[in-house]
Amino acid sequence: MATSFQTDDIPQPPADNLPHPEAVVVRFAGDSGDGMQLTGGQFTLSTALAGNDLSTFPDFPAEIRAPQGTTFGVSAFQINFGSIDIETAGDEPDVLVAMNPAALKTNIKALRRGGLAIIDSGEFGPRNLAKAGYAVNPLDTDELNDWQVMAFDISALTLEAVKPFGLGNKESLRCKNMWTLGLALWMFDRDRAPLVDWLKTKFAKNPVLADANIAALNAGHAYGETAEIGGPLKQYHVDAAEAQPGHYRTITGGESLALGLVAGAHLAGLSMFFGSYPITPASPILHHLARLKEFGVTTFQAEDEIAAICSAIGASYAGQLGVTSSSGPGIALKGEAMGLAIMTELPLVIVNSQRGGPSTGLPTKTEQSDLYQAVYGRNGDAPLVVISARSPTDSFDVAIEACRLATQFMTPVMVLTDGYIANAAEPWRVPDRKDYTPFPAHFTEEPEPDGRVLPYARDPETLGRRWIRPGTPGLMHRIGGIEKALDTGNINYEPANHQAMTDIRKAKIDGVAKYIPAQQVDVGNETGRLVVVGWGSTYGPIRKAVQRARSAGHDVAHVHIRYLWPFPANLGALLKGFDKVLVPEMNTGQLKTMLRDQFLVDARPLNKVSGQPFKIAEIETAIAEMLK
Amino acid sequence: MNAITPITAATKPDDWASDQEVRWCPGCGDYAILKAVQRTMPDIGTARENTVFVSGIGCSSRFPYYMETYGFHTIHGRAPAIATGIKLANPDLDVWIVTGDGDGLSIGGNHMLHLLRRNLDVQLLLFNNEIYGLTKGQYSPTSQVGTKSPTTPFGSVDRPLAPCAFAMGAGARFVARTIDTAQKNMPEVLKRAHAHKGTSFVEIFQNCVVYNDDVFAKFTAKKEAPANQIWVEHGKPLLFANGSKGLRLDREHVRLSVIDIVDGDVSQVLMHDETNHLLAQLLVEMPFGEFPKALGVLYCDPAPSFEAEVHIQNERITAGRSGDLGALLSKGQGWDVKPARGPNL
Ligand code: SF4
Repeated sequence: MATSFQTDDIPQPPADNLPHPEAVVVRFAGDSGDGMQLTGGQFTLSTALAGNDLSTFPDFPAEIRAPQGTTFGVSAFQINFGSIDIETAGDEPDVLVAMNPAALKTNIKALRRGGLAIIDSGEFGPRNLAKAGYAVNPLDTDELNDWQVMAFDISALTLEAVKPFGLGNKESLRCKNMWTLGLALWMFDRDRAPLVDWLKTKFAKNPVLADANIAALNAGHAYGETAEIGGPLKQYHVDAAEAQPGHYRTITGGESLALGLVAGAHLAGLSMFFGSYPITPASPILHHLARLKEFGVTTFQAEDEIAAICSAIGASYAGQLGVTSSSGPGIALKGEAMGLAIMTELPLVIVNSQRGGPSTGLPTKTEQSDLYQAVYGRNGDAPLVVISARSPTDSFDVAIEACRLATQFMTPVMVLTDGYIANAAEPWRVPDRKDYTPFPAHFTEEPEPDGRVLPYARDPETLGRRWIRPGTPGLMHRIGGIEKALDTGNINYEPANHQAMTDIRKAKIDGVAKYIPAQQVDVGNETGRLVVVGWGSTYGPIRKAVQRARSAGHDVAHVHIRYLWPFPANLGALLKGFDKVLVPEMNTGQLKTMLRDQFLVDARPLNKVSGQPFKIAEIETAIAEMLK
Repeated sequence: MNAITPITAATKPDDWASDQEVRWCPGCGDYAILKAVQRTMPDIGTARENTVFVSGIGCSSRFPYYMETYGFHTIHGRAPAIATGIKLANPDLDVWIVTGDGDGLSIGGNHMLHLLRRNLDVQLLLFNNEIYGLTKGQYSPTSQVGTKSPTTPFGSVDRPLAPCAFAMGAGARFVARTIDTAQKNMPEVLKRAHAHKGTSFVEIFQNCVVYNDDVFAKFTAKKEAPANQIWVEHGKPLLFANGSKGLRLDREHVRLSVIDIVDGDVSQVLMHDETNHLLAQLLVEMPFGEFPKALGVLYCDPAPSFEAEVHIQNERITAGRSGDLGALLSKGQGWDVKPARGPNL
C-alpha cells in the first residue's frame, strides 16, 4: 500500500509516522441518489482547507434520477489532491469508494492496479447484483484480485450509528454518504469540524437530521481508527502544497466564469444583461448570476435560445453589456442572431459550455468539438473573436478578456469552455481588483466634427464603430441586418460597398491579434523536435505529459492557445520552429485542421471523444510515438 | 407609455419622417399606416430620441427605416426578443414593434406568445396582409383556406390563425384592431395603445396590392364598411350598420347574435366593456359574414408590466446597495496562505 500513492519520491520521512504521499486520487462512486456529488464536494472543501492543491472531476448521468442500482445511474466524483502542483483530476484513482455493485462494475477498471477499493457490501444483495449485471457476487470470487479490497457493510454500520435518532429506514440510509465521508476524512487525517459546522447550517431547520448526519460522520471516522490494525486501510497525510501568498477559496468553472463576467462588466463601466435559456452544462452560470442583482446584473430566462441571444443584443444596443450563454445545440440556434450582432457591430459575449455532440449528444459529458462551430459556424463571411478557458480558475480571466474585446472592438466574442471545466473545482487565489486595468466603454454622444451622424464611423486603431445609445438626442439612426453603407449605416446594396464592408469586418477581427498577448511557450523551449499544441481543458494533461516527457529527456514543448480567432500574430512562426506538431483534442481534429490551414504546418492529431478528459499517460504515449 | 418627461419642443408629422426613400410597392397599405403613425407621434409627445422602432423581416419590417427615431431592423421573427432586451436595459425608452403575419405569427410565434404573457411595455403593430409579400406571395398562417399561392397552387388546406384570438389566449392585456385606410380611427387606436402600460397588441388589416389585393375588401370597401364593420367603444352599445343593427348576448347558447334595432330600442344590445375578457374573446372570434369585423379597442385591462416588475424586484433585493466585488469574489469558506508559511486556517 505504501507504494500505491507513489510515495517513493517523498524527500523527508514525516515526523508523525504517517505516510506522506505527494498526490492521491480518490473516486467516490454510487447511485445517483447516494449523494456522491455532495460527498465529493465536501471532501474537496476539506482538502482545500488542508492546503492541498487539487482538481476535481464530477461525472454524473444525464438522467436526474436514473433507475436505482443500474450501471447507467452511477454518479462519480473524482478528486486529485497533493502537496505538488495538481493540473488534472488524475489518470487513475488510488482509492475507489463503491457504494453498490453498479458503481463497482463501472469504476473498478479505472482503479490503479494495487489500489484500494472500499465497498459497501451491504448493497451486494441478489437484486442489486443482477441490476449491475453480476451473475455472481464479485466479492466472493477472485475477480477483484488485482486490487486491495475493503468490503464491509456500510449500510448496516450507518443504520447502527443513527439508530438513536429514530429516523425511518430510508432516511437513515441517506446518511451513508456522511459515514463514507467520515471514513475518508480519517484516511487523510482531516479535521471534521468544518464538516460538522456545514451540516449544522445545512440542516438548521431539522436538528435531528443534522445530529444523525454528524453521528454517521463520526462513526465513519471512528471505524477507520479501530479497523486500522492489520487491514489495508491506512491513514495518510498529504502535506499542504506550496502556494503563492494570498486569500484562497475553491471555485468551479461555472462560478468562476460568472464572476469574471461581473468583473469584466465593472471594468468596462457597464451594467450587464445576461439572457439565457436552461441547458446542461451551461445553466450554473445563469444560476450564479441570477443572485447578483446588486452588481448591476439583470438576468433574463428567455423562452428559447434565440430569444436569449436576441435579448442580449437588444440590451447591448440599448447600452448595456449583453451576454448570452449556452451549450452546442443552443449555440447552433443562436447562429443567425450572431450574424446580426456581427452586422450591427454590437458588443456581445457568447459563452459556449461545450458538451458531447452532435445533436443532443452527451449532455453531461465533456468534449471540445464546437471549435469549427465557433469560428466558422455562421452564414456569410461572419468573423468574430473566439477565446477559450483552460481551467476553472482561468475562466475568470477569460471572461474578463471577452468583455474587454467585445466592448473595445464592438464585436461578438465567443468564449469556449466545456462541461468538465464548468463542473470541476480548483483552489483559487482570490484576485485583487488592482490586478486588472479598467477598459471603460465609450458612448458617442455628439455628431461627427462635420455635424453628420455616422454610426459606422470607426476608431482608426481598433476599427470599432461608434456606440450610440437610443435616448441620445440628435443622433437618431437606424441599423439592421441588411448590408450597411460604409459610414451612415443606411441600407446599401451596392457591390463596392458590400466588398468594402466585408473587408472591414474581416480586418477588424484580424486586427484584434495586435491587441492580445503574443503566444508563449508554456513548457519547454521556443524551438525543438516536437511541440504539443492544445486549447481549452486539455491544458492540464498536456502540461503534465510534456513535463514528464522532458524529465525523461525528450525535446518537447507545450504551447497552449487561449486566442483561437484570431490566432496570436506570432503563432505560425513559433510552430514552424519545431520539427513536429502534435495536437491532442477532444474532437476529431478541429484545431489541427485550423493550424494546417492557417500556417501550412504538418500538425498531427491525437483525438479522444469518449466523453472523458485525456489521461496524462495517453498524451505521454503519443509524444513518445511522435519522437520515435 | 413610459416615464419620460414630455418633450418641450412640439413636433410636426414631417419631423418623424427619416431621409430614407420609402420602398414599398406603389399602392401598398403600408404607406397609409406609416402616414398615420407619423401623424400621431406629435400628439403622443414622446421625444424622437427616446423612441425606438424595432422590427423583424418582411415588407412591414422596413418600417423603422422611415421613422426619424432610433430604429432596429432585426432578423425574422425576433423583434419581440430584441425589444425585450432593449426595454429591460432601458425602461425609459418608448419601444414600438412592427411585424407582420409571417414574421410575428409564423417564424416568430413563440416570441409573440411570450411577449404577450410577460406583458412588456411596448406597442406591437401587426400588419396583417394574409400573405408573404417580400418572398413573393406564398400563403401565410393567416391566409384563408383555399388561398392559391406559389406554394399552394391548388389552394391552401390548413386553417388560418386569428391574430387577436391568439393574443387574447396568450394573455394580452390590450387588443385592438384597425384598417390601413382607416385614417380617421387609426390615430385614436395608436394613442390608446401608447397610453396602455404593458404590451399593446394592434392588428392592422393591410392590403398587399401585389400578392393579395382586396383580400379584406368584403369589409374594407367603402360600400361594405357600414354593414361589415363594428367600431367598438367602451361603455357604448355595440351597434353597426349606421345604428340599424346591434350585437346581443344569446344567453342560452353563450354566443353573440345580430339583432335589428327597431325604433332606436337598444335595450337588448350589449354594452362594450373593454375590461371584459370573455366579451373581447367573443368579439375577436365572431365568424365574418354572419357577423361584422370588430374594430377599435376590443380589450384593455392593464396589469403590471414585465420590465417594471423586474426593476421593482431588483430594487427590492438590492435595497439601494451596490455590491462589493471584492467580497463577492472571496465569498465562501476560504483560507489564507501567508508568505513562506503553510496554510493558515
Ligand atoms: S409586396 Fe405587398 S406588402 Fe409588400 S410592399 Fe408590395 S404591396 Fe406592400
